Amino acid sequence: MKTNRNLVVGAALTGFFTIAALISFLWVPYDIEALNIADRMKTPSFSHLLGTDHFGRDILSMVMIGARTSIAVALVAVGIGMGLGVPLGLAAAARKGSLLDELIGRGNDLVFAFPSLLIAILITATFGPSALNAIIAIGIFNVPVFARLTRGSALSIWKRDFILAARVSGKNSAQISVEHILPNLSSLLIVQGTIQFSLAILAEAALSYVGLGAQPPTPSWGRMLADSQTMISLAPHLALAPGLAIVFTVLGLNLLGDGFRDVFDPRLRRGRT
Amino acid sequence: MTLLEIEGLSLSINGSPILKDISLSLKQGRILGVIGESGSGKSMTAFAIMQLLPSGSKATGHLRVLGFDMLAASEDDLCKMRGNDVSIVFQEPATALNPLKTIGDQVAEAILIHEPSTTRAGAQVRAQTTLERCELPAEQFPLTLYPHELSGGQRQRVVIALAIALRPKLLIADEPTTALDVTTQAEVLQLLKRLVTEDQMGLMLVSHDLAVVAGMADDIVIMKNGEIVESGVATAVFQQLRHPYTRALYAASEHVPDRTPPRSTARLLSVTNLVRDYRLPRTALFAAPQYFRAVDHVSFDIFKGESLGLVGESGCGKSTLTRAILGLETVQGGEMYLDGMPIAGGRHVDRKIRRRMQAVFQDPYGSFNPRHRVDRLISEPFHLYEEPPSSDEKNEAVVGALRAVGLSPEDQFKYIHEFSGGQRQRIAIARALITQPELILLDEATSALDVSIRAQILDLLAELANSYGLTYLFISHDLSVVRAITDRVLVMRDGRIVEEGKTEQVFSAPQHPYTRSLIDASPVLPKNANH
Amino acid sequence: MARYILTRLLSLLISLTVASAVIFALIEIIPGDPAAFMLGINAQDDTIAALRAELGLDTSPLERYFGWVSGMVTGDFGTSYTYRTPISEMIAERLWISLPLALIALALSTLIAFPVGILAASKRGSLTDTIVMGFTQLGVAIPNFWFAMLMVLVFAINLRWFSAGGFPGWDEGLFTGLKALTLPAISLALPQASILARVMRSALVDTLDEDFMRTARAKGLNRRQAIQRHALRNAMIPVLTIIGLQFSFLLAGAIIIENVFFLPGLGRLVFQAISQRDLIVVESVVMLLVFAVIVVNFAVDIAYVLVDPRLRRQG
Repeated sequence: MKTNRNLVVGAALTGFFTIAALISFLWVPYDIEALNIADRMKTPSFSHLLGTDHFGRDILSMVMIGARTSIAVALVAVGIGMGLGVPLGLAAAARKGSLLDELIGRGNDLVFAFPSLLIAILITATFGPSALNAIIAIGIFNVPVFARLTRGSALSIWKRDFILAARVSGKNSAQISVEHILPNLSSLLIVQGTIQFSLAILAEAALSYVGLGAQPPTPSWGRMLADSQTMISLAPHLALAPGLAIVFTVLGLNLLGDGFRDVFDPRLRRGRT
Repeated sequence: MTLLEIEGLSLSINGSPILKDISLSLKQGRILGVIGESGSGKSMTAFAIMQLLPSGSKATGHLRVLGFDMLAASEDDLCKMRGNDVSIVFQEPATALNPLKTIGDQVAEAILIHEPSTTRAGAQVRAQTTLERCELPAEQFPLTLYPHELSGGQRQRVVIALAIALRPKLLIADEPTTALDVTTQAEVLQLLKRLVTEDQMGLMLVSHDLAVVAGMADDIVIMKNGEIVESGVATAVFQQLRHPYTRALYAASEHVPDRTPPRSTARLLSVTNLVRDYRLPRTALFAAPQYFRAVDHVSFDIFKGESLGLVGESGCGKSTLTRAILGLETVQGGEMYLDGMPIAGGRHVDRKIRRRMQAVFQDPYGSFNPRHRVDRLISEPFHLYEEPPSSDEKNEAVVGALRAVGLSPEDQFKYIHEFSGGQRQRIAIARALITQPELILLDEATSALDVSIRAQILDLLAELANSYGLTYLFISHDLSVVRAITDRVLVMRDGRIVEEGKTEQVFSAPQHPYTRSLIDASPVLPKNANH
Repeated sequence: MARYILTRLLSLLISLTVASAVIFALIEIIPGDPAAFMLGINAQDDTIAALRAELGLDTSPLERYFGWVSGMVTGDFGTSYTYRTPISEMIAERLWISLPLALIALALSTLIAFPVGILAASKRGSLTDTIVMGFTQLGVAIPNFWFAMLMVLVFAINLRWFSAGGFPGWDEGLFTGLKALTLPAISLALPQASILARVMRSALVDTLDEDFMRTARAKGLNRRQAIQRHALRNAMIPVLTIIGLQFSFLLAGAIIIENVFFLPGLGRLVFQAISQRDLIVVESVVMLLVFAVIVVNFAVDIAYVLVDPRLRRQG
């Protein structure tokens, strides 16, 4: 198979930030909890590759730990979305037109009526801001995305003859959903999963930017941007590093998703004789 | 006058050769039949004439329409010719029309694009006339209808209407009736023939079906793997069958496998008064639900070792009946017994009965989970045993089934995309054999196959019936196949069995008018003395 | 057709009812007494009780829910706990910033996305396609609030073409108002335009592969005519869905962008209300936004029928 450029670039970018996040568990250039007012607002130099912020904290260290926060929140949120959405979608497709299907469909419509930020606002208003609530807000919003996608694609697979063959072999709809439907959805779910992952990173950044995400002292890219905003005319570099980190991570994930889609595309792969 | 002249035409798409040194010609008022199996390049020849080829195509040689060099023509000139001098009718009427535009607008557009001075109203009037010429009278088929409000045959008439609206000299029809039922096919072919005579067109009829072309064409071209293997006047080609491929094609088309007639009089399956209703979507919010009766009090028996045919056009209920027998439908009335034991429908699975009957479906591409290997695909029906067989037993059965259908034991480790259509249908039969059933339901099992492959599969089915004592219910819309492989036949229409009897008897002396119309509509191959 | 609209209307009402119940229930389970919060820690019990009665907090939750809903239907959103002013007035004032912002952004996003998507699709596989899609790929990845900050840095701080934030009010004239909304609208619109352009392209590319496009070409239409007359309308169906979804993203995005530009819109109102525990305001604004999203989705459903005749005869 020809190497796919999207896949390679996407994997490289995503890999870079994932590794940075993993390294941050073991080592970061500077302790970010130690404030060093003498070194504040430094532009990039050899001792501080990305400069320092208004408390003299090392930006590189903060971006590395911020990657950890972003990736962790997005990963768990998409996990919730997939974990709940895919079974719901499979069940709705297996019982098309039933009350269950109708209920799942209505539920999806309802969640879609609340943009993820509104869900976050409501949850925050209720339980207070925290990373956990950001995860729940983004996760809830992901459930109907996966439920709809799964239901729609599962329905078209249910119409295929191999499902009929499985039914002739005495398989019930749960067995068919797991053995026949799910494996044929996997590539689609991987593609959508990467895209939702990138959207979740953007959503997490937006939430922490308005103060509804991870709380201090945990660094997060969104809050670093919020902090930098008042000083943007004095120290634009403070806004650059976390912003570019978000852009490249999201770009990497999107390219990865496109690459997966190119590789999995049945129109390219299915060798019709 | 020669409308179409092709000489030494070769075509490659992205470097891979598709057509090799094609030469043919077509004169005014004549019908040229182009015959070939899938991959023969017959459709690509049609697209090459229209110069509607996929990107990456490279054509060399001579291709003239009305004396005009199509290969050297500019895109603007081609646009002026398409629809005006040369038109095409495609295979799939379901998708050939824009779903968002009325049929009137779509026919009128063909006129307006070439004659911009025509008024909108004038074009609509002419569209109406053209539709009437294609036997869509204005009272029943106003211009304001949308494609989804028409049947397949009616849509194909609209496609023909927009192709002939400007009375082109040359008409190409690419498998124009393949997606249609046999009676509709006969009507559409008749229509094409009439239009050719009335407008003194030249028609190039592309088809896989020897009998369809035989009934229509004056001249014939037979293609294989991108080349022309034989060409000539139709009657001569069919009389002489000079080329071995032509002979093989002819033989495969009317192939009748060797079978021993059944002797048993024991009933294997008996169906009495079976009813299956589908609930229709409500027409009004609080209206009582409406039902559609897909199977209407159907009764019949299948005797051990026999092959029973079930013929009918699309929508007659034959597939629903098949699924009901397999226990996959919740029926609203009637009883079914397999060897004296009742068949339960719907969710309840009676494994003892289910494993005594298996099925083979139409689509060789859709019948298998692409993610599973052949061994897992074939052994799936073992799910019908309370105690699954040991892996050794399983493996032995898989190998046995593969051998029985003429495949090798190593094939069990492959995935389904590594097989051709005919091989896939063999794997489907292997899967049906694995539980050693007595009854196999074959739902259009040979309909998607090329004639030569179809003949091989029919032979295989006959052979398996002889060696394993299998009983078949052979469901098909194709009368010639049913005639070749069954002992008795049922004719189904609108959910009911309208005629039943010995196959030869029904075909030679049909009693019901519907059976008669089906048989009359079916195209037949000309008799050949040399064969 | 009438039946289709009727069923959609019914499902709109159901969605609104359920959504209002969910919002009310969430606010209801919040710990803490608004009355006690408003009066501070030193307040006497009987003063708190009096305030609770004044705010209607002493009645049963069910009564309060119906009071809230029936109030909203007549345009009475209740009184702010903090400011003691009618919420409908507060919202109306803010809506005059948030709604134009979202609408301008939506218009801008559509105006950019359509030509870009159509250009890329009709030149599929070309260098133009690759470059244009590369830019949209980048556009999708940029968080709108960061883009907004960069725009402030360039156009307000360095070039001084626009002010860095704040809203002078519509009384200062239409032009002054629009100028203050320009940077916010662009920062909202560009990422959304990237998404929409990508959807437009892929929908159009899918349509170009349809059989009826071949029929159109066989009639004698050239590529451009075939795209204009047959592909665009068919490609609109998925595009409409995304436009509907985008409206809700834009409303939510507006909340964040208002923060960047210090615009006194609904977003700032919500954040203030959260920090002051003015829950009835939070409740009302969220309900209003959800109402907008549901109504827009209803409009999209109706638009489907106008585009697609196949939906007119069925439910």
